[in-house]
Amino acid sequence: MSLQHYLVISAMLFTLGIFAVLTRRNAISILMGIELILNSCNLNFAAFSRFVTPPENIDGQIIAIFGIVLAAAEAAVFLAIILAIYREFGSIRPNEVDTLKG
Amino acid sequence: MEFTLKTLIFYGFALLTVASGIVVVTVRNIVHAAFSLMVTLFGVAGLYVFLQADFLAATQVIVYVGGILVLILFGVMMTSGRLEMRIHIERGQLLLGAVVAIALLMLLLAVIANTPQWKNVADDGTQLQPTTESIGTLILNGQFLLPFEVVSVLLLVALIGAALISRKEVRE
Repeated sequence: MSLQHYLVISAMLFTLGIFAVLTRRNAISILMGIELILNSCNLNFAAFSRFVTPPENIDGQIIAIFGIVLAAAEAAVFLAIILAIYREFGSIRPNEVDTLKG
Repeated sequence: MEFTLKTLIFYGFALLTVASGIVVVTVRNIVHAAFSLMVTLFGVAGLYVFLQADFLAATQVIVYVGGILVLILFGVMMTSGRLEMRIHIERGQLLLGAVVAIALLMLLLAVIANTPQWKNVADDGTQLQPTTESIGTLILNGQFLLPFEVVSVLLLVALIGAALISRKEVRE
């Protein structure tokens, strides 16, 4: 297994996440796409930490742990906003939430 | 590259991750998508083990599978009635999204294949070392102390903000 194997897997996960964010019409599905993107990013950090820096240097892994923490905080706030939107509009389709639309 | 059991397991995890990721973004039922996302997250945790990041793999399983995925399922149950379980997709958007995604994938693959520093960076064959102790030392007694404190404040802010946003408004 070389560095490029991990980078290709990560690129595929990133692309799938972008695809989900672009095509899905449900806020929770968009959240799943964002989680895929964040996972691919963390996988890249861990792969570069393993292959590019010397073995005793694990800074990339710590950055990935911080990334997981940020993803958890983001998911919590995202779902809180979704609940508030659902209470207000009765739907979580992003197209129907258009009060601010000019 | 010789074909050992390790490479076989690696390709198994890679295939599991990418295939379940494809299911996440294509399946119509949102509960199925959530459970497929669980398989993807487990696959990424397995890849972390191959990268000799044992603590990161454990954190991935605990936080993502035990936390975020349960949160997503709660969100599905609280916001989607029986009618909304199926995800609505527009045809034109689907085509455009697929074109953008495939173009992006081609771009990324071209960059990965053509960067000379990343070519043939192989596994140096070192054995799995426990990383938990050095991560703890670096976070609590090293250069990552300040980011650690900032992240803990951020978690507190996110906690209070989420509780404030999602509560019912009390009208006088």
